[in-house]
Amino acid sequence: MRWLQNHPKTLESMYGSTKWLIKKMGPMFEKIGNEKVDRWFRKPEEWSKQAMFDCQMCGQCVLHSTGMTCPMTCPKNLRNGPCGGVRQNGHCEVKPDMKCIWVEAFERSTQMGTWGADMMMIQPPVNRQLEGSSAWVNMVTGADQDVPTGWIGLNTITVLPKGIDYPTAK
Amino acid sequence: MEKYTSPAKSAGRLEQILKAGHFAVTSELSPPDSADPAEVYEAANILREVSDGINATDGSGAHCHMSSVGICSLLTRADYAPILQISCRDKNRIAIQGDILGAAAMGVMNILCLTGDDVTAGDQPQAKRVFDLDCIQLLRTARIMRDKGVFLSGRELTTPPKVFLGAAANPFIPPKDWRPLRLAKKIEAGADFIQTQYCYDVPMLVEYMKRVRDMGLHEKVFMLIGVGPLRSHRAAEFMRNNVPGVHIPDSIVDRLKKTPKGKKRAEGNKICTEIIQQVREIEGVDGVHLMAYRQEEAVAQIVADAGLLPRPYTVPEMNPMESDYFAMPAIEASMGKYDTMFKAQA
Repeated sequence: MRWLQNHPKTLESMYGSTKWLIKKMGPMFEKIGNEKVDRWFRKPEEWSKQAMFDCQMCGQCVLHSTGMTCPMTCPKNLRNGPCGGVRQNGHCEVKPDMKCIWVEAFERSTQMGTWGADMMMIQPPVNRQLEGSSAWVNMVTGADQDVPTGWIGLNTITVLPKGIDYPTAK
Repeated sequence: MEKYTSPAKSAGRLEQILKAGHFAVTSELSPPDSADPAEVYEAANILREVSDGINATDGSGAHCHMSSVGICSLLTRADYAPILQISCRDKNRIAIQGDILGAAAMGVMNILCLTGDDVTAGDQPQAKRVFDLDCIQLLRTARIMRDKGVFLSGRELTTPPKVFLGAAANPFIPPKDWRPLRLAKKIEAGADFIQTQYCYDVPMLVEYMKRVRDMGLHEKVFMLIGVGPLRSHRAAEFMRNNVPGVHIPDSIVDRLKKTPKGKKRAEGNKICTEIIQQVREIEGVDGVHLMAYRQEEAVAQIVADAGLLPRPYTVPEMNPMESDYFAMPAIEASMGKYDTMFKAQA
Protein backbone atom coordinates (compact mmCIF):
# COMPACT_ATOMS: atom_id res chain seq x y z
CA MET A 1 0.00 0.00 0.00
CA ARG A 2 3.04 2.26 0.38
CA TRP A 3 2.96 3.13 -3.34
CA LEU A 4 -0.05 5.27 -2.51
CA GLN A 5 2.25 7.69 -0.70
CA ASN A 6 3.67 8.79 -4.00
CA HIS A 7 0.24 10.03 -5.01
CA PRO A 8 -0.09 12.81 -2.47
CA LYS A 9 -2.86 14.49 -4.42
CA THR A 10 -5.06 11.40 -4.25
CA LEU A 11 -4.22 10.94 -0.58
CA GLU A 12 -5.00 14.55 0.09
CA SER A 13 -8.51 14.23 -1.30
CA MET A 14 -8.91 10.92 0.54
CA TYR A 15 -7.93 12.70 3.74
CA GLY A 16 -10.35 15.50 2.97
CA SER A 17 -13.32 13.17 2.54
CA THR A 18 -12.39 11.03 5.57
CA LYS A 19 -12.18 14.17 7.67
CA TRP A 20 -15.59 15.31 6.41
CA LEU A 21 -17.12 11.90 7.12
CA ILE A 22 -15.62 11.57 10.61
CA LYS A 23 -16.73 15.07 11.53
CA LYS A 24 -20.26 14.19 10.36
CA MET A 25 -20.14 11.12 12.59
CA GLY A 26 -19.03 13.22 15.57
CA PRO A 27 -22.47 13.55 17.26
CA MET A 28 -22.95 9.81 16.87
CA PHE A 29 -19.61 9.15 18.60
CA GLU A 30 -20.77 11.38 21.41
CA LYS A 31 -23.95 9.33 21.84
CA ILE A 32 -22.15 6.00 21.89
CA GLY A 33 -19.37 7.38 24.08
CA ASN A 34 -16.04 8.55 22.71
CA GLU A 35 -14.05 6.07 24.80
CA LYS A 36 -15.98 3.15 23.38
CA VAL A 37 -15.58 4.40 19.82
CA ASP A 38 -11.87 4.94 20.48
CA ARG A 39 -11.55 1.27 21.43
CA TRP A 40 -13.34 0.19 18.24
CA PHE A 41 -11.35 2.48 16.02
CA ARG A 42 -7.85 1.82 17.32
CA LYS A 43 -7.11 -1.41 15.51
CA PRO A 44 -8.70 -0.63 12.12
CA GLU A 45 -7.06 2.78 12.15
CA GLU A 46 -3.70 1.28 13.06
CA TRP A 47 -3.93 -1.39 10.36
CA SER A 48 -5.01 0.91 7.57
CA LYS A 49 -2.65 3.76 8.41
CA GLN A 50 0.25 1.45 9.10
CA ALA A 51 -0.18 -0.18 5.72
CA MET A 52 -0.23 3.18 3.98
CA PHE A 53 2.04 5.44 6.05
CA ASP A 54 3.83 3.20 8.57
CA CYS A 55 1.71 5.02 11.17
CA GLN A 56 3.16 5.08 14.68
CA MET A 57 -0.20 5.85 16.39
CA CYS A 58 0.82 9.12 18.01
CA GLY A 59 -2.89 9.90 18.27
CA GLN A 60 -2.60 13.43 16.85
CA CYS A 61 -2.31 13.05 13.12
CA VAL A 62 -0.64 15.86 11.17
CA LEU A 63 -0.13 13.87 7.95
CA HIS A 64 -1.89 16.44 5.81
CA SER A 65 0.45 19.17 7.11
CA THR A 66 3.57 17.14 6.40
CA GLY A 67 3.18 16.16 2.76
CA MET A 68 1.10 13.06 3.59
CA THR A 69 4.26 11.59 5.11
CA CYS A 70 4.19 10.47 8.73
CA PRO A 71 6.70 12.58 10.71
CA MET A 72 6.79 10.00 13.49
CA THR A 73 8.57 7.59 11.14
CA CYS A 74 11.55 9.95 11.34
CA PRO A 75 13.93 8.22 13.81
CA LYS A 76 14.16 11.53 15.68
CA ASN A 77 10.36 12.06 15.59
CA LEU A 78 10.85 15.53 14.11
CA ARG A 79 7.54 17.21 13.31
CA ASN A 80 8.83 20.50 11.96
CA GLY A 81 11.24 19.59 9.20
CA PRO A 82 14.48 17.72 8.53
CA CYS A 83 17.47 17.69 10.88
CA GLY A 84 20.95 18.77 9.84
CA GLY A 85 22.23 15.26 9.30
CA VAL A 86 20.60 14.33 5.98
CA ARG A 87 23.09 12.60 3.69
CA GLN A 88 24.04 14.03 0.31
CA ASN A 89 21.99 11.33 -1.43
CA GLY A 90 18.94 12.44 0.54
CA HIS A 91 19.02 9.48 2.89
CA CYS A 92 18.60 9.38 6.66
CA GLU A 93 21.50 9.96 9.04
CA VAL A 94 20.30 7.20 11.35
CA LYS A 95 19.13 4.64 8.78
CA PRO A 96 21.39 4.94 5.71
CA ASP A 97 19.12 2.74 3.59
CA MET A 98 16.02 4.85 4.21
CA LYS A 99 15.28 8.03 2.30
CA CYS A 100 14.90 10.98 4.65
CA ILE A 101 11.16 11.22 5.27
CA TRP A 102 11.40 15.02 5.18
CA VAL A 103 12.99 14.99 1.73
CA GLU A 104 9.97 12.96 0.61
CA ALA A 105 7.52 15.08 2.59
CA PHE A 106 8.83 18.23 0.97
CA GLU A 107 8.59 16.81 -2.55
CA ARG A 108 5.08 15.53 -1.93
CA SER A 109 3.86 18.73 -0.30
CA THR A 110 4.64 20.71 -3.45
CA GLN A 111 2.04 18.60 -5.29
CA MET A 112 -0.68 19.21 -2.74
CA GLY A 113 -3.20 21.95 -3.46
CA THR A 114 -5.04 22.28 -0.16
CA TRP A 115 -2.65 21.47 2.64
CA GLY A 116 0.74 21.67 0.89
CA ALA A 117 1.69 25.05 2.35
CA ASP A 118 0.88 23.74 5.86
CA MET A 119 4.48 22.51 5.84
CA MET A 120 5.33 25.99 7.08
CA MET A 121 3.18 25.69 10.18
CA ILE A 122 4.95 25.31 13.49
CA GLN A 123 3.74 22.03 14.96
CA PRO A 124 3.34 22.09 18.75
CA PRO A 125 5.04 19.52 21.00
CA VAL A 126 3.54 16.04 20.86
CA ASN A 127 1.06 15.15 23.59
CA ARG A 128 2.53 11.82 24.65
CA GLN A 129 -0.65 10.98 26.57
CA LEU A 130 -2.48 10.44 23.29
CA GLU A 131 -0.04 7.81 22.06
CA GLY A 132 -1.85 4.66 20.98
CA SER A 133 -5.30 6.23 20.83
CA SER A 134 -7.39 6.87 17.72
CA ALA A 135 -6.46 10.10 15.98
CA TRP A 136 -9.86 10.14 14.27
CA VAL A 137 -11.70 10.16 17.58
CA ASN A 138 -9.23 12.72 18.95
CA MET A 139 -10.03 14.91 15.96
CA VAL A 140 -13.73 14.80 16.78
CA THR A 141 -13.21 15.51 20.48
CA GLY A 142 -10.57 18.16 19.70
CA ALA A 143 -8.03 16.41 21.95
CA ASP A 144 -5.48 16.51 19.12
CA GLN A 145 -5.68 20.32 19.09
CA ASP A 146 -4.90 20.63 22.79
CA VAL A 147 -1.59 22.43 23.26
CA PRO A 148 0.27 23.22 26.49
CA THR A 149 -1.16 26.38 28.11
CA GLY A 150 2.06 28.33 27.60
CA TRP A 151 1.91 27.56 23.89
CA ILE A 152 -1.59 29.01 23.39
CA GLY A 153 -1.74 31.96 21.04
CA LEU A 154 1.44 30.91 19.34
CA ASN A 155 0.44 27.62 17.79
CA THR A 156 -1.33 28.84 14.70
CA ILE A 157 1.38 31.10 13.30
CA THR A 158 1.97 30.24 9.69
CA VAL A 159 4.96 31.53 7.83
CA LEU A 160 4.04 32.01 4.22
CA PRO A 161 6.41 30.18 1.94
CA LYS A 162 8.18 32.25 -0.63
CA GLY A 163 10.04 30.88 -3.59
CA ILE A 164 8.14 27.59 -3.61
CA ASP A 165 5.21 27.29 -5.95
CA TYR A 166 2.50 25.42 -4.17
CA PRO A 167 -0.35 24.48 -6.53
CA THR A 168 -2.69 27.06 -5.01
CA ALA A 169 -1.53 29.82 -2.74
CA LYS A 170 -3.23 29.82 0.65
CA MET B 1 16.79 46.62 9.80
CA GLU B 2 14.68 44.80 12.33
CA LYS B 3 17.51 42.77 13.83
CA TYR B 4 19.52 45.86 14.77
CA THR B 5 16.63 47.88 16.14
CA SER B 6 14.68 45.28 18.12
CA PRO B 7 14.78 45.82 21.89
CA ALA B 8 17.55 43.99 23.73
CA LYS B 9 16.59 40.42 24.57
CA SER B 10 19.51 39.75 26.84
CA ALA B 11 22.17 41.72 28.66
CA GLY B 12 24.70 39.60 26.82
CA ARG B 13 27.85 40.69 25.08
CA LEU B 14 27.22 38.67 21.91
CA GLU B 15 23.90 40.40 21.25
CA GLN B 16 25.44 43.82 21.80
CA ILE B 17 28.39 43.11 19.52
CA LEU B 18 26.11 41.86 16.75
CA LYS B 19 23.67 44.73 17.09
CA ALA B 20 26.53 47.22 16.95
CA GLY B 21 27.28 45.84 13.50
CA HIS B 22 30.61 44.16 14.27
CA PHE B 23 31.57 41.07 12.30
CA ALA B 24 31.28 38.57 15.14
CA VAL B 25 33.48 35.61 15.92
CA THR B 26 32.27 32.72 18.05
CA SER B 27 34.10 29.50 18.64
CA GLU B 28 33.50 26.08 20.02
CA LEU B 29 35.23 24.80 23.13
CA SER B 30 36.11 21.13 23.09
CA PRO B 31 34.55 19.82 26.29
CA PRO B 32 36.92 17.81 28.50
CA ASP B 33 36.40 14.20 29.52
CA SER B 34 37.24 15.23 33.03
CA ALA B 35 35.86 16.57 36.30
CA ASP B 36 38.64 19.15 36.57
CA PRO B 37 37.58 22.77 35.95
CA ALA B 38 41.17 23.70 35.08
CA GLU B 39 40.85 21.88 31.77
CA VAL B 40 37.91 24.08 30.78
CA TYR B 41 39.80 27.25 31.66
CA GLU B 42 42.93 26.11 29.79
CA ALA B 43 40.96 25.59 26.58
CA ALA B 44 38.97 28.82 27.07
CA ASN B 45 42.09 30.85 27.74
CA ILE B 46 43.33 30.19 24.20
CA LEU B 47 40.08 31.59 22.82
CA ARG B 48 40.05 34.53 25.26
CA GLU B 49 41.25 37.21 22.86
CA VAL B 50 39.82 35.80 19.64
CA SER B 51 36.15 35.16 20.21
CA ASP B 52 33.06 37.05 21.27
CA GLY B 53 31.23 33.95 22.45
CA ILE B 54 32.22 30.43 23.35
CA ASN B 55 29.95 27.51 22.50
CA ALA B 56 29.70 24.75 25.08
CA THR B 57 28.62 21.67 23.18
CA ASP B 58 25.99 19.30 24.53
CA GLY B 59 27.28 15.81 23.83
CA SER B 60 28.18 16.59 20.23
CA GLY B 61 28.38 13.57 17.98
CA ALA B 62 26.48 11.73 20.74
CA HIS B 63 29.74 11.37 22.67
CA CYS B 64 29.61 12.03 26.38
CA HIS B 65 31.76 14.87 27.75
CA MET B 66 31.45 17.41 30.56
CA SER B 67 27.92 18.85 30.42
CA SER B 68 27.23 22.12 28.64
CA VAL B 69 25.53 23.66 31.69
CA GLY B 70 28.60 22.78 33.79
CA ILE B 71 31.02 24.31 31.29
CA CYS B 72 28.91 27.45 30.94
CA SER B 73 28.73 27.90 34.71
CA LEU B 74 32.53 27.73 34.89
CA LEU B 75 32.94 30.14 31.98
CA THR B 76 30.59 32.81 33.35
CA ARG B 77 32.68 32.91 36.55
CA ALA B 78 35.62 34.08 34.47
CA ASP B 79 33.72 36.75 32.48
CA TYR B 80 33.42 34.72 29.28
CA ALA B 81 30.22 34.93 27.20
CA PRO B 82 29.27 31.29 26.78
CA ILE B 83 26.65 29.98 24.38
CA LEU B 84 24.80 27.09 25.96
CA GLN B 85 24.02 24.34 23.46
CA ILE B 86 20.92 22.30 24.21
CA SER B 87 20.20 19.20 22.21
CA CYS B 88 16.82 17.46 22.17
CA ARG B 89 18.41 14.02 22.12
CA ASP B 90 19.02 13.52 25.82
CA LYS B 91 16.43 15.50 27.74
CA ASN B 92 12.68 15.83 27.83
CA ARG B 93 10.82 19.13 28.13
CA ILE B 94 10.90 19.08 31.93
CA ALA B 95 14.70 18.75 32.13
CA ILE B 96 15.29 21.26 29.34
CA GLN B 97 13.22 24.05 30.90
CA GLY B 98 14.98 23.50 34.22
CA ASP B 99 18.36 23.72 32.49
CA ILE B 100 17.39 27.00 30.81
CA LEU B 101 16.57 28.55 34.18
CA GLY B 102 19.65 27.09 35.86
CA ALA B 103 21.96 28.30 33.13
CA ALA B 104 20.40 31.78 33.09
CA ALA B 105 20.85 31.95 36.86
CA MET B 106 24.55 31.18 36.35
CA GLY B 107 24.84 34.14 33.98
CA VAL B 108 24.38 32.39 30.64
CA MET B 109 22.83 34.80 28.16
CA ASN B 110 22.97 32.84 24.90
CA ILE B 111 21.33 29.52 24.12
CA LEU B 112 21.70 27.50 20.94
CA CYS B 113 18.79 25.12 20.35
CA LEU B 114 19.66 21.96 18.45
CA THR B 115 18.03 18.70 17.42
CA GLY B 116 21.22 16.82 18.19
CA ASP B 117 23.09 14.00 16.49
CA ASP B 118 21.43 10.63 16.86
CA VAL B 119 22.67 8.25 19.57
CA THR B 120 23.94 5.91 16.86
CA ALA B 121 26.59 8.50 15.89
CA GLY B 122 28.33 8.10 19.24
CA ASP B 123 30.10 5.46 21.27
CA GLN B 124 27.00 4.51 23.27
CA PRO B 125 24.47 3.60 20.57
CA GLN B 126 22.57 1.49 23.11
CA ALA B 127 21.26 4.64 24.79
CA LYS B 128 17.62 5.68 24.65
CA ARG B 129 16.94 8.58 22.32
CA VAL B 130 14.56 11.13 23.82
CA PHE B 131 13.60 13.75 21.18
CA ASP B 132 10.58 14.77 23.26
CA LEU B 133 10.71 18.20 21.59
CA ASP B 134 12.24 19.00 18.22
CA CYS B 135 14.56 21.97 17.85
CA ILE B 136 11.80 24.31 16.62
CA GLN B 137 9.57 23.41 19.55
CA LEU B 138 12.58 23.89 21.83
CA LEU B 139 13.23 27.36 20.39
CA ARG B 140 9.60 28.29 20.84
CA THR B 141 9.61 26.92 24.41
CA ALA B 142 12.64 29.03 25.30
CA ARG B 143 10.98 32.05 23.72
CA ILE B 144 7.76 31.44 25.66
CA MET B 145 9.81 31.35 28.87
CA ARG B 146 11.64 34.54 27.97
CA ASP B 147 8.85 36.62 26.42
CA LYS B 148 5.73 35.36 28.19
CA GLY B 149 7.47 34.57 31.48
CA VAL B 150 5.82 31.17 31.87
CA PHE B 151 6.74 27.51 31.56
CA LEU B 152 5.31 25.53 28.66
CA SER B 153 2.61 24.40 31.10
CA GLY B 154 1.58 28.02 31.67
CA ARG B 155 2.93 28.13 35.24
CA GLU B 156 4.47 31.53 35.93
CA LEU B 157 8.17 32.27 36.40
CA THR B 158 9.14 34.86 39.00
CA THR B 159 12.10 35.94 36.84
CA PRO B 160 12.17 34.93 33.17
CA PRO B 161 15.51 33.94 31.59
CA LYS B 162 16.86 36.86 29.53
CA VAL B 163 18.55 34.92 26.79
CA PHE B 164 19.57 35.50 23.17
CA LEU B 165 18.28 32.52 21.23
CA GLY B 166 20.19 30.72 18.54
CA ALA B 167 19.51 27.93 16.12
CA ALA B 168 21.54 25.89 13.69
CA ALA B 169 21.19 25.79 9.92
CA ASN B 170 22.70 23.51 7.34
CA PRO B 171 22.56 25.01 3.84
CA PHE B 172 24.67 22.25 2.33
CA ILE B 173 22.44 19.17 2.44
CA PRO B 174 19.11 18.05 0.92
CA PRO B 175 16.34 19.05 0.63
CA LYS B 176 18.08 22.25 -0.49
CA ASP B 177 14.93 24.03 -1.70
CA TRP B 178 13.45 23.55 1.74
CA ARG B 179 16.45 24.82 3.74
CA PRO B 180 15.68 28.58 3.54
CA LEU B 181 12.06 27.80 4.44
CA ARG B 182 13.23 25.88 7.47
CA LEU B 183 15.29 28.92 8.43
CA ALA B 184 12.14 31.04 8.18
CA LYS B 185 10.39 28.60 10.47
CA LYS B 186 13.21 28.79 13.00
CA ILE B 187 13.08 32.58 13.00
CA GLU B 188 9.34 32.44 13.51
CA ALA B 189 9.87 30.00 16.38
CA GLY B 190 12.25 32.41 18.11
CA ALA B 191 15.77 32.34 16.65
CA ASP B 192 17.72 35.60 17.07
CA PHE B 193 20.95 34.25 15.63
CA ILE B 194 22.02 31.30 13.50
CA GLN B 195 25.21 29.26 13.56
CA THR B 196 25.58 27.10 10.47
CA GLN B 197 27.22 23.77 9.88
CA TYR B 198 30.82 23.78 8.53
CA CYS B 199 31.03 25.70 5.26
CA TYR B 200 33.56 24.34 2.78
CA ASP B 201 31.50 25.10 -0.31
CA VAL B 202 31.24 28.88 -0.65
CA PRO B 203 29.28 28.91 -3.97
CA MET B 204 26.60 26.77 -2.33
CA LEU B 205 26.41 29.22 0.57
CA VAL B 206 26.18 32.16 -1.83
CA GLU B 207 23.19 30.52 -3.50
CA TYR B 208 21.55 29.84 -0.14
CA MET B 209 22.14 33.38 1.10
CA LYS B 210 20.58 34.73 -2.07
CA ARG B 211 17.36 32.87 -1.26
CA VAL B 212 17.63 34.04 2.35
CA ARG B 213 17.88 37.67 1.19
CA ASP B 214 15.02 37.22 -1.30
CA MET B 215 12.84 36.13 1.60
CA GLY B 216 14.07 39.07 3.70
CA LEU B 217 15.30 36.72 6.41
CA HIS B 218 18.74 38.35 6.68
CA GLU B 219 17.01 41.39 8.13
CA LYS B 220 15.52 39.38 10.96
CA VAL B 221 18.35 37.14 12.09
CA PHE B 222 22.11 37.31 12.58
CA MET B 223 23.87 34.72 10.44
CA LEU B 224 27.13 33.25 11.72
CA ILE B 225 28.74 30.90 9.22
CA GLY B 226 30.43 27.79 10.58
CA VAL B 227 34.03 27.25 9.53
CA GLY B 228 36.89 25.07 10.69
CA PRO B 229 40.38 23.92 9.75
CA LEU B 230 41.05 20.51 8.22
CA ARG B 231 44.20 18.77 9.42
CA SER B 232 44.74 16.66 6.30
CA HIS B 233 42.89 15.11 3.37
CA ARG B 234 42.36 12.03 5.53
CA ALA B 235 40.68 14.14 8.19
CA ALA B 236 38.54 15.72 5.48
CA GLU B 237 37.51 12.35 4.11
CA PHE B 238 36.80 11.04 7.58
CA MET B 239 34.66 14.05 8.34
CA ARG B 240 32.54 13.92 5.23
CA ASN B 241 31.99 10.19 5.59
CA ASN B 242 31.41 9.98 9.32
CA VAL B 243 30.23 13.30 10.71
CA PRO B 244 26.51 13.72 10.00
CA GLY B 245 25.66 16.68 7.77
CA VAL B 246 29.17 17.75 6.77
CA HIS B 247 29.66 18.45 3.08
CA ILE B 248 33.23 18.88 1.78
CA PRO B 249 33.67 19.28 -2.01
CA ASP B 250 36.31 17.24 -3.82
CA SER B 251 38.27 20.38 -4.73
CA ILE B 252 39.16 20.96 -1.06
CA VAL B 253 40.13 17.34 -0.47
CA ASP B 254 42.27 17.33 -3.65
CA ARG B 255 43.99 20.54 -2.63
CA LEU B 256 44.99 18.98 0.69
CA LYS B 257 46.01 15.75 -1.04
CA LYS B 258 48.41 17.64 -3.32
CA THR B 259 49.99 19.53 -0.44
CA PRO B 260 53.30 17.94 0.64
CA LYS B 261 53.45 16.14 3.97
CA GLY B 262 54.25 18.38 6.90
CA LYS B 263 52.53 21.38 5.33
CA LYS B 264 49.02 19.97 5.30
CA ARG B 265 48.04 21.49 8.62
CA ALA B 266 49.14 24.98 7.51
CA GLU B 267 47.29 24.52 4.22
CA GLY B 268 44.15 23.49 6.11
CA ASN B 269 44.35 26.67 8.18
CA LYS B 270 44.90 28.69 5.00
CA ILE B 271 41.80 27.20 3.38
CA CYS B 272 39.80 28.13 6.46
CA THR B 273 41.16 31.68 6.45
CA GLU B 274 40.26 32.05 2.76
CA ILE B 275 36.73 30.78 3.38
CA ILE B 276 36.28 33.33 6.19
CA GLN B 277 37.37 36.13 3.88
CA GLN B 278 35.00 34.94 1.17
CA VAL B 279 31.94 34.55 3.37
CA ARG B 280 32.60 37.96 4.90
CA GLU B 281 31.85 39.49 1.51
CA ILE B 282 28.39 37.90 1.28
CA GLU B 283 25.55 40.26 2.08
CA GLY B 284 23.63 39.14 5.15
CA VAL B 285 26.51 37.33 6.83
CA ASP B 286 27.17 38.77 10.30
CA GLY B 287 30.01 36.65 11.55
CA VAL B 288 31.76 33.32 11.67
CA HIS B 289 31.56 30.41 14.07
CA LEU B 290 34.79 28.45 14.39
CA MET B 291 34.65 24.76 15.16
CA ALA B 292 37.87 22.82 15.59
CA TYR B 293 37.79 19.78 17.83
CA ARG B 294 40.78 19.89 20.21
CA GLN B 295 42.54 22.48 18.00
CA GLU B 296 41.95 25.73 19.92
CA GLU B 297 45.43 27.03 18.95
CA ALA B 298 44.56 26.72 15.28
CA VAL B 299 41.41 28.79 15.87
CA ALA B 300 43.43 31.60 17.47
CA GLN B 301 45.84 31.55 14.51
CA ILE B 302 43.06 31.59 11.91
CA VAL B 303 41.19 34.49 13.51
CA ALA B 304 44.44 36.48 13.54
CA ASP B 305 45.28 35.54 9.91
CA ALA B 306 41.79 36.47 8.73
CA GLY B 307 42.32 39.98 10.07
CA LEU B 308 39.54 39.76 12.64
CA LEU B 309 41.62 41.08 15.57
CA PRO B 310 41.32 42.89 17.87
CA ARG B 311 37.88 41.86 19.03
CA PRO B 312 35.54 44.58 20.38
CA TYR B 313 35.87 43.14 23.88
CA THR B 314 38.67 41.10 25.39
CA VAL B 315 38.04 38.96 28.43
CA PRO B 316 40.50 40.02 31.16
CA GLU B 317 43.27 37.56 31.87
CA MET B 318 42.77 35.80 35.16
CA ASN B 319 43.04 32.37 36.61
CA PRO B 320 39.75 31.59 38.32
CA MET B 321 41.35 28.48 39.76
CA GLU B 322 43.35 30.73 42.08
CA SER B 323 40.24 32.20 43.69
CA ASP B 324 39.29 30.32 46.82
CA TYR B 325 35.71 30.33 45.54
CA PHE B 326 36.01 26.81 44.22
CA ALA B 327 39.71 25.95 44.07
CA MET B 328 40.48 22.28 44.35
CA PRO B 329 42.88 22.66 47.35
CA ALA B 330 40.01 24.20 49.32
CA ILE B 331 37.80 21.24 48.50
CA GLU B 332 40.51 18.81 49.53
CA ALA B 333 41.09 20.68 52.77
CA SER B 334 37.41 20.57 53.60
CA MET B 335 37.40 16.82 52.97
CA GLY B 336 40.11 16.47 55.59
CA LYS B 337 38.09 18.67 57.93
CA TYR B 338 35.04 16.43 57.75
CA ASP B 339 37.25 13.41 58.37
CA THR B 340 38.39 14.73 61.70
CA MET B 341 34.91 16.06 62.50
CA PHE B 342 33.26 12.70 62.03
CA LYS B 343 36.04 10.91 63.87
CA ALA B 344 35.60 13.21 66.83
CA GLN B 345 31.88 12.44 66.90
CA ALA B 346 32.50 8.72 66.81
